[in-house]
Amino acid sequence: MTRYLVPIGLFALLLPVFIVGLTRDPSELPSPFLNNPAPEFALPSLTDPGSEVGSADYAGEFALVNVWATWCVGCREEHGFLMELAQSGAIPVYGINWRDNRPDALNWLDRLGDPYVFSAFDADGRVGIDWGVYGAPETFLLDPSGIVLHKHLGPLDYQIWQRDFAPLLGSAEAAR
Amino acid sequence: MLTEISTTRRLLVSCAVLLFGLPAAAIDAGKAFDDPALQARYEKLIEEVRCLKCQNQNIRDSNAFLASDLRREIRRMLAEGMSDDEIFDFLVTRYGEFALYRPRMQGKTLVLWLAPLLLLVAGTGVLVAILRRRMSMPIDDDEALDNTVAGRD
Repeated sequence: MTRYLVPIGLFALLLPVFIVGLTRDPSELPSPFLNNPAPEFALPSLTDPGSEVGSADYAGEFALVNVWATWCVGCREEHGFLMELAQSGAIPVYGINWRDNRPDALNWLDRLGDPYVFSAFDADGRVGIDWGVYGAPETFLLDPSGIVLHKHLGPLDYQIWQRDFAPLLGSAEAAR
Repeated sequence: MLTEISTTRRLLVSCAVLLFGLPAAAIDAGKAFDDPALQARYEKLIEEVRCLKCQNQNIRDSNAFLASDLRREIRRMLAEGMSDDEIFDFLVTRYGEFALYRPRMQGKTLVLWLAPLLLLVAGTGVLVAILRRRMSMPIDDDEALDNTVAGRD
């Protein structure tokens, strides 16, 4: 009987690895910016093409940076929650309108409401690449020194906010 | 009759063109660089970079716009005279080591590089152990064989 113990033992050792592997989503990549400074950027504003907006505008405060586009289904899904979040005043929300076209994006904000303090217009996706964006929506939580506390991939909602964002925001604020 | 054949042939050619031509049309047409050395480096680089949006494709084969953006950035960096390593650094700082199909050998990726070797060594060890045991078994010894069979559960 002991000869069977070795393979069974090895399998038992591997089992947790398989279980963890199965429950993880391989399309979710860890951001190299996590706990590191977010990249700086400056882009034309979506709503006011003549003026420039960017990372300098939220320096020194907690900020939520949301990468969105009108072609992105997940962005439509999370838009309602972003509106609520912005109205609650919990945190200022900044948008990076990624790989989009201006009339569509303006129309979107007009119809659905504009939760963003500003939306930077990243037409050719350069800033998106700097931020390591590979699929909208992506949402970054930044602390006042510009460190990325958390990155969320996919549509944001209340549950995810409460689970992943609110505790970080709370503890970081308490530490100040 | 003659016209019929040529119609069939024309149809076949059209199908072939459609089949084999479409993928080419999806990716940037033409050469990126006039300099053949730069073009060769460019083609090699885009083969080694993963399309993060469509994870099992490299950016050469993908027409996702992220892939075309990354190709554009790589062309820009090549034109600016950056080295391959600098370009890989650019990608890794933004997307992590996962962006490269051949992750560089260093701390975190060491296990990726060494695992096949370790598995090979372990497998060879097991094989040698099994062979040794079998070779030490008596071959033409009926009594021993009977004992072995009897000893089974």
